[in-house]
Amino acid sequence: MGKILMKGNEAIGEAAIRAGCLNYFAYPITPQSEVAEYLSRRMPEVGGVFLQGESEVAVSYMLFGASACGARVFTTSSSPGISLMSEGISYIAGAQCPAVFVNIMRGGPGLGGILPSQADYFQSTKGGGHGDYRLLVMAPASVQEAVEMVMLAFPLAEKYRNPVMLLGDGLIGQMMEPVEFPDHLKSEPTNKDEWATNGMDTRGSNKRNLVKSLFLDAGKLNEHNLMLKAKYDRMKQEEIRYELYNIESDYKALIVSYGTMSRVCKTSIDNMKDEGLEVGMVRPQTLFPFPEKAIYEAASKESCKVVVSIEMSMGQMVEDVERSVKGKLPVRWYGKCGGDVPTPEEVIEAVKSFL
Amino acid sequence: MGKTFSKPEALSDKHTHYCPGCTHGIIHRLVAEVIDELGIKGRTVGIAPVGCAVLAYNYFTFDFQEAAHGRAPAMATGIKRVRPDLIVFTYQGDGDLASIGMGEIIHAANRGEKFTTIFVNNAVYGMTGGQMAPTTMLGQRTTTSPFGRKVEECGMPIKMAELLSALETPGYITRQSVIKPKYIVRAKKAVKKAFQYQLEGRCFSLVEVVSTCPTNWGLTPVQAIKWAEETLLPYYKLGEFKTPE
Repeated sequence: MGKILMKGNEAIGEAAIRAGCLNYFAYPITPQSEVAEYLSRRMPEVGGVFLQGESEVAVSYMLFGASACGARVFTTSSSPGISLMSEGISYIAGAQCPAVFVNIMRGGPGLGGILPSQADYFQSTKGGGHGDYRLLVMAPASVQEAVEMVMLAFPLAEKYRNPVMLLGDGLIGQMMEPVEFPDHLKSEPTNKDEWATNGMDTRGSNKRNLVKSLFLDAGKLNEHNLMLKAKYDRMKQEEIRYELYNIESDYKALIVSYGTMSRVCKTSIDNMKDEGLEVGMVRPQTLFPFPEKAIYEAASKESCKVVVSIEMSMGQMVEDVERSVKGKLPVRWYGKCGGDVPTPEEVIEAVKSFL
Repeated sequence: MGKTFSKPEALSDKHTHYCPGCTHGIIHRLVAEVIDELGIKGRTVGIAPVGCAVLAYNYFTFDFQEAAHGRAPAMATGIKRVRPDLIVFTYQGDGDLASIGMGEIIHAANRGEKFTTIFVNNAVYGMTGGQMAPTTMLGQRTTTSPFGRKVEECGMPIKMAELLSALETPGYITRQSVIKPKYIVRAKKAVKKAFQYQLEGRCFSLVEVVSTCPTNWGLTPVQAIKWAEETLLPYYKLGEFKTPE
């Protein structure tokens, strides 16, 4: 199949279908309502389920119920909606069910704004809901990458029996770009008979299955949390993804940036190169697990004097960058968080000011 | 002579954690008997609430999910939409369904989701220790209404069966009780009807069951039955409020 021009939100919806997920529950919120609009037409064509729930809270539990009986499920929302879904996300993680959540971030806190933002980094990578759980978080920098990450998200959610989050921003959702849906990323749902409440007759068994997150015994709850931790540790071993840019040069500064912001940074890096100033970049594609080692190694280059975390937030990822650099170099932050994406010129000015 | 009475297969052998005089055990049994009689154990999924019945899955022998407080109808919706062939019921108390889960139950009922809800109304929060519920009666003392529920502060007790019956979408809505044998017989029939409507793919069905909570009412089991009959039943009238015909 060749390339077609698609809006990010619609491409995300189509990618889920191409990945083999035919169950979508959602609640409208700007700037990602086009996903629901697209799938309300598309799901009936492919014999799938489309349902607009009464709230994001309810939607997260529709996903939970459907996933717990073995179905492949996903939803899309934006920042305030993800706050509401966070209750359900915690239960889904606790009960170890696979599900895919897409957050097309807008500005916050509160109602914030409807323009692009990256201010939900903490929410998605550090918690959001209650309890000791983690999401596998992927951050696309283009519509094509969003498509590929959505298609990858389902097998990963099933591999770990854990929610996976795609963290995009308003620009990824709203812009149109050429996309291609790769056939090789289509994956069949895994066999879930061991744990899913899909009915004893369905699996021809006399043993009933139970999907729950309650452990009243302290020892058992601790054991459960240790088992969850082991999964998150395994993600750190097997799922770290990142891109390196201009990393062969003798860069004086190292940028760490993700998503839409990283594309602006690439332009800035190219322009600085033309001026004779070399700057490298590590672009995390997974925010959890975070590419700590790659950042540490990149910061270890002798020519490098400073590491700059550039984000559309007031400095959230910078804490993970500091953790990764381990005090080897000064770590600085630059960003904006009102909905304006910093320009290449503003990025250049910021980087130069830190040198 | 053959066996005339035995424990339903859908019930497990576990001793329940319910207090003496609590009616959850009776209601569990009615649900289990109906599941046995309809022969649907192998394709039934129950959803446990938050509250006293959070551990209900320990007492049944088929697939179960455990919901967050009030969210069972959303989970049931998710299951029925992706697996309409499964038989799904939620088992919820009055704090769960009438307070924190009001949004979920109204919208599931209004969409006509084809699952069954067993709604146990004993006019008080049980598991958390006897706090006021939306169904607590006027003047009723609870741990959070120590001077008795007042209409000026908390409004009137919510009548869920009547409220849900007001929806235009077809459904089966009934209120029953289990505080006396004659009520139990009728409640069993209602539970069976509710599951049958689901089996036929007809409509959403809800059986409200007026129950007792001797522990949190501060009464003996016998006194609790008397109080329920004299105080709850005149306000929460029994009967069928809506049928899909």
